[in-house]
This record gives sequence, C-alpha cells and structure tokens, in this order.
Amino acid sequence: MADLAFILIGALLVNNFVLAQFLGLCPFIGASGQYDTAAAMGLATAFVLTLSAAASYLVYHTVLAPLGLEYLKIIAFIVVIAGMVQLTELYLKSTSPLLHQVLGIYLPLITSNCAVLGVALLALQHELSFGQTIVFAIGAALGFTLVMVIFAAIRERVVHALVPVAFQGAPITLITAGILSLAFMGFAGLAD
Amino acid sequence: MTQALRPSLQKTIAAGAVANNPVWVQLLGLCPLLAVSNSVTNAIGLALASAAVLIGSNSVIALLRHRIPEFARLPCFVLIIASFTTVAVLLMQAFTYELYLKIALFVQIIVTNCMILGRAEAFASKQTVAAAFADALGTAAGFAIALLTLGAVRELIATGGLFDQMEMLFGATAASWHLSLTDDPSGMLLAALPPGAFIVAGLLLALKNALRPSNSSSPMIPMTPYEQE
Repeated sequence: MADLAFILIGALLVNNFVLAQFLGLCPFIGASGQYDTAAAMGLATAFVLTLSAAASYLVYHTVLAPLGLEYLKIIAFIVVIAGMVQLTELYLKSTSPLLHQVLGIYLPLITSNCAVLGVALLALQHELSFGQTIVFAIGAALGFTLVMVIFAAIRERVVHALVPVAFQGAPITLITAGILSLAFMGFAGLAD
Repeated sequence: MTQALRPSLQKTIAAGAVANNPVWVQLLGLCPLLAVSNSVTNAIGLALASAAVLIGSNSVIALLRHRIPEFARLPCFVLIIASFTTVAVLLMQAFTYELYLKIALFVQIIVTNCMILGRAEAFASKQTVAAAFADALGTAAGFAIALLTLGAVRELIATGGLFDQMEMLFGATAASWHLSLTDDPSGMLLAALPPGAFIVAGLLLALKNALRPSNSSSPMIPMTPYEQE
C-alpha cells in the first residue's frame, strides 16, 4: 500500500504533470481563462486520462507485447485514446445529458492533450503493474485538475491587475505559471 | 489564414517561419518547447525530429488529400502523423541513442503536437504537395528558431555556457564546441528547472511584444482553439 501512496502523491504533487513535466500545457494555458471552464476541462480530462491509461496498459500487455509489436505503441495508444474519447462522449450523451452539455465541447480536444498519451507512455517506461498504472493515472488526473482550478482562480485575479502592455496576454500567463511551478517545487522530497 | 491567392513557395516558407511563427505568434507546441529547451543540444534534437515528422506527414497528407474522405480526415491525419513519429523514434534510437534517452517522452508525444495537426488541417489537406512541403519547412524552421532561442537563453543563464554535450548529436569532434563564458560553473540553476522554462518563455514573449508592438494591438492575444467561443 505504501508504494501506491507514494505513486499517487508523486504524480499528484511532486512530479505534477503540468508544472513539473510540461504535459497538457495547451489546455492549461488555453482553457484556464475562466474558473468554470477550467474545472469542466479538468474533470473531463481526468476521466478520459484514467480510462485510457488502463486501456493502453491492457492493449500493450495483451496484444502488442505477445506479438512483438512494441514499436507500434504510439499508433496503438493514440487510437485507444481517440476511442476512449468517443466512448466517453457516447456514454455521457445517453446517461447524463446535463454532464454531456457541460463537458461535451472539451471532449474532442482531449485526444490531442499530450498529458493523456504521456501518462500511458510514462507508466510503461516506469514498468508499473496494472494496479500501479491506475493509481499513477488517478494521481496525474487529480494533479491536472488541481492545477487547472488553481491557475484559473489566479488568472481571474490577474485580469483585473494593471499589467504592462508588453506583458499582457500570453507573457503574463506564462510567468504566472512559472511562479505557480516554483510553489509546487516545494513539494519536492515528499515522495519520488 | 486562408490562401485566397497562391503565394510563391518562398513566401509560404517565410510566413511559416516568421510572420506566423508557430510558437511566438500562435503559441502552439508549448509542451515540448518548454520541456526540452533546457539546453541547445536537446533543442536541436527535438527540432530535427519535429521537422522530420512535420515535413513527412504534411507532404503525405497533401498527396492523399483527394483520397481521404472528409468525415474521416482527422483520424487519418493523426494516424499518418503517428506513423511518422514512430519512424522518427526508431531513427533516433538508431543514430543518437544517448540524446534519445534524454528527450524520449517528448519525441514520442510529437504525435499530439497541435502545431502539426493544425498545419495538416489548415494547409496541407487543401494544397499541392509542393506547397504543403514549403509550408511544413517554414513551420518547422519557425519551431526550430523558437526552440533554439529559448534553449540558448536558458542554457546560458543556467550554466554560463553554450553547446554542452553536442557530441551526442554530431560525433566526438563536437565535444570541443562547448563554450564557457564564465569561469564560474554555477549559474542560475532556476533557468534550467521547470519554473525557469515558464518565466524565460514569458519574458522572451514580452520582449517580442515590446519590439513589435503592432502585433499586440489587441490586449488579449487569441491563443488556442480553446478560446474560440
């Protein structure tokens, strides 16, 4: 159990996917202008990310590895992720039209979120077991949602600040992310 | 950007590299840019791999543009890009294995780089092979310029030197290319760490805005597809 806790905290805080490993920056910068948008994007991504990490693990270990086709993993994983996004969309549409309305427009964008592919590839690189992969994915997903929400809250304040003209827009957003990343470095040493 | 008139190929290349620079103007491909720009060597490695994938996939997509059905075009584009990414990964494993180990994850996720899919959708799927090749070349050059600028600035601030470990890319003779501008080997380590990537990129972007204020006439630069509401 202890190793699972370390994997969870490691992926959630210490090696946060957005702030320490630079995965999923497009939605982090692009969809964090408003608090509600950021929370919805974070939740939708978290859901797909966990499902596709599990599915990628199964595809790799039951199909690719026995056939000696490990080098096809990028193509296989991207197909798995696109399929998961489609399934999630269909499932939400039929079971929860309200949730589908909230998350619907973000779902297609998740296919090109590199954090989703990154988690599947990193779990493989670290040679995690199936249980560990799931915990790792949940940690990464929660970490992504957490920083999306924090960052959106900060940006809602920055909008009202007087920012020098040259820094308006993208530059101040990146520098804010840098300071947030600095804060997250304080978690180093908590787990590895 | 729609092409009303067919611009000459040089114009296409220049537009991709400078006027529509994928990073400094359109803010695409940020993940690999920030992650791999901690040294010039890493930056060159990723720039070459991205260029190969971009040029290869854009050319093939332009070649097949009449055969790919409209409704299935995005999955087809992604599969073509994923195939070229796999080729790039295998080539790097064969020829620059040490460098590959350092930037492996980010070579593999070239497939999700929105810059490449964006050029496929906006340009290559509607143009001739030659035009798509030129556009890919320009965009790849623009991405390389951004990676190298950020890589050089960060390496210089972090270590006080430039071109460390170039032998991983260019063979043993390149080991002597390492420049050290100060005798003190300890620089500002922050620039090489994740926060430094965000802060240096933000400062460079602000510098660009200050030098060319015409580009920042609107207070908020529209950044990514997410902000089109």
